Amino acid sequence: MTHDGCIPLLDGVISPGLSEALQHIGFSPNMSEMLHYPASSSPAAPPAQVGCDPALGGIRVFGPDRALVLDGGVSLAPVSIAFRTYGRLNSERTNAILVCHALSLDQYVASDNPITGKPGWWTQMVGPGKPVDTDRYFVICSNVIGGCMGSTGPSDPDPVTGDPYGLKFPVITIADMVRAQALLMDDLGIGRLLAVIGGSMGGMQVLQWASQFPHRVHAAIPIATAARHSAQNIAFHEVGRQAIMADPDWHNGDYQRHGTLPRKGLAVARMAAHITYLSEPALHRKFGRNLQDRESLGFGFDADFQVESYLRHQGMNFVDRFDANSYLYITRAMDYFDLAADHGGVLSKAFAGTPTRFCVVSFTSDWLFPSREGRPVVHALIAAAANVSFVEIDSDKGHDAFLLYEPEMFRVLSGFLNAAADQVGVKLP
Amino acid sequence: MMIRADLMAIAEMVSPGARVLDIGCGDGALLRYLGAAKGTDGRGIELSQAGVNSCVAQGLSVVQGDADTDLKDYPTQGFDFVILSQTLQATHRPRNVLDDLLRIGRHAIVSFPNFGHWRVRLNLLFNGSMPETARLPDPWYETQNIHLCTLHDFIALCTKDGINIETALWVDGLGKAHRFAGHSTRANLFGEQGIFLLSRPNAQHH
Repeated sequence: MTHDGCIPLLDGVISPGLSEALQHIGFSPNMSEMLHYPASSSPAAPPAQVGCDPALGGIRVFGPDRALVLDGGVSLAPVSIAFRTYGRLNSERTNAILVCHALSLDQYVASDNPITGKPGWWTQMVGPGKPVDTDRYFVICSNVIGGCMGSTGPSDPDPVTGDPYGLKFPVITIADMVRAQALLMDDLGIGRLLAVIGGSMGGMQVLQWASQFPHRVHAAIPIATAARHSAQNIAFHEVGRQAIMADPDWHNGDYQRHGTLPRKGLAVARMAAHITYLSEPALHRKFGRNLQDRESLGFGFDADFQVESYLRHQGMNFVDRFDANSYLYITRAMDYFDLAADHGGVLSKAFAGTPTRFCVVSFTSDWLFPSREGRPVVHALIAAAANVSFVEIDSDKGHDAFLLYEPEMFRVLSGFLNAAADQVGVKLP
Repeated sequence: MMIRADLMAIAEMVSPGARVLDIGCGDGALLRYLGAAKGTDGRGIELSQAGVNSCVAQGLSVVQGDADTDLKDYPTQGFDFVILSQTLQATHRPRNVLDDLLRIGRHAIVSFPNFGHWRVRLNLLFNGSMPETARLPDPWYETQNIHLCTLHDFIALCTKDGINIETALWVDGLGKAHRFAGHSTRANLFGEQGIFLLSRPNAQHH
């Protein structure tokens, strides 16, 4: 494809069920017509009529004329960006909120995931009457590049060879993900976002957005995140990557051509990572030392304990919906993230003169991105004379708290977003 | 919108549209009032996380922090007014805190309970015990107030540190504020609290 355009369907997708499922959830040719938005630069273009359908979204493809120049120096084209929208863009285009997703999540924020059939991953935060109120705001979430839910990633065909990229896919960064999102915003005709919000890796993207495009972000909500990935977090990611690469079915990343999937490696990676998303008290509360389907210890290596059974279940489920190479690339992007390093080692320079309002959120029991990682972001923003709020939520649910029912977080973010929207003059529903 | 009389006296010192930092902003009453009545661009620091969360939920910009340790990040002359209300006496190093206030803000507004009030003096004189009054309600072993002073003491420190007192108020038992200048025996005896508008003589004013 040499020009920008929409593709109705996905091909060359990793998981056998994925392509079919994406077709099921309505990437029909008709919908692709609806998704062909007028270019934002054209003054005669009518306002984009998007968001009329709560299940709206699509895949936009950007050709070589709009190639993505990556931090690694590679120019990536074509680039597909899969996204979902909720709510309606107002005529002034002032009510758009970009949701940035975490490592293993996707664009299905508030609608059923076509692969798992499960509800969206943030339905308690995003929806009608929720803190990110889709009756008032127009919500967009796009799959990150490098991902496996429709945006260009290592399982897509390399335009040079026609074979899946595999490890020939260029290493991407958080800034590259943000550039891709900015490309999509340009395409949707959204110059300035009312807010960018996300947790974990999504929070890294929020910070990157605010730093890279300060005048396009009115309010930024980085949740359970940091301005750099810690040594401990890089270490956990490396364990996951090594588990994938140790699986003989990985075939140096070329498993698609071999007709295999490194299921065991990816499952182990997920199991290790999943522990870091919880907390010791939460694990204890949920499982303790309870046995799984048995009265006494089995004196073997079956899943005697409920916690083992739970982790195995998490691992097995994950391989059905996630691509192993995407896991390598996306964890790498997080490892490389260091916003201060990009600004001479001084984090406040990343936000010098920022007009953005920030609300930084952390959780007391999060040991993956603890408050002590969020606090330097707050201090840097204060030093940059930014308008910043910092909220620490008392929770024992660990890192995953940001995805769960945390009424205090909902109350705070609802108030913060309302104030931001009032400032910009977004009408109440 | 109604706020406490002493907060109202502080609010009257703030010019419209100013950039304001309220240290120890509590439930955000003063910041909310200033935003609504004077169109200020307000920020807050509050020690209790519950207070912070409640402020942010109301749309205020507030971070959790401590006057003793968390002022160093704030840029020099980043604010027009820095307010420290009923908190100076609870800081570990009030002199350093004052210095920080006047570094961060072109003006500082400081209020504190007056330990020279006649009720306090009588308590000590006749009962021989640490005073417990409306402004100083906690017993000595529970109070947060570790650096109490009289209005005279405070004025003496300002003189010593070359701090300019632009306005001095003493607040009576009914919450009414009265202007005074210099060492006023009346203010030091009848003021339940003092409110001071401060600046550095050499600081650049707009």
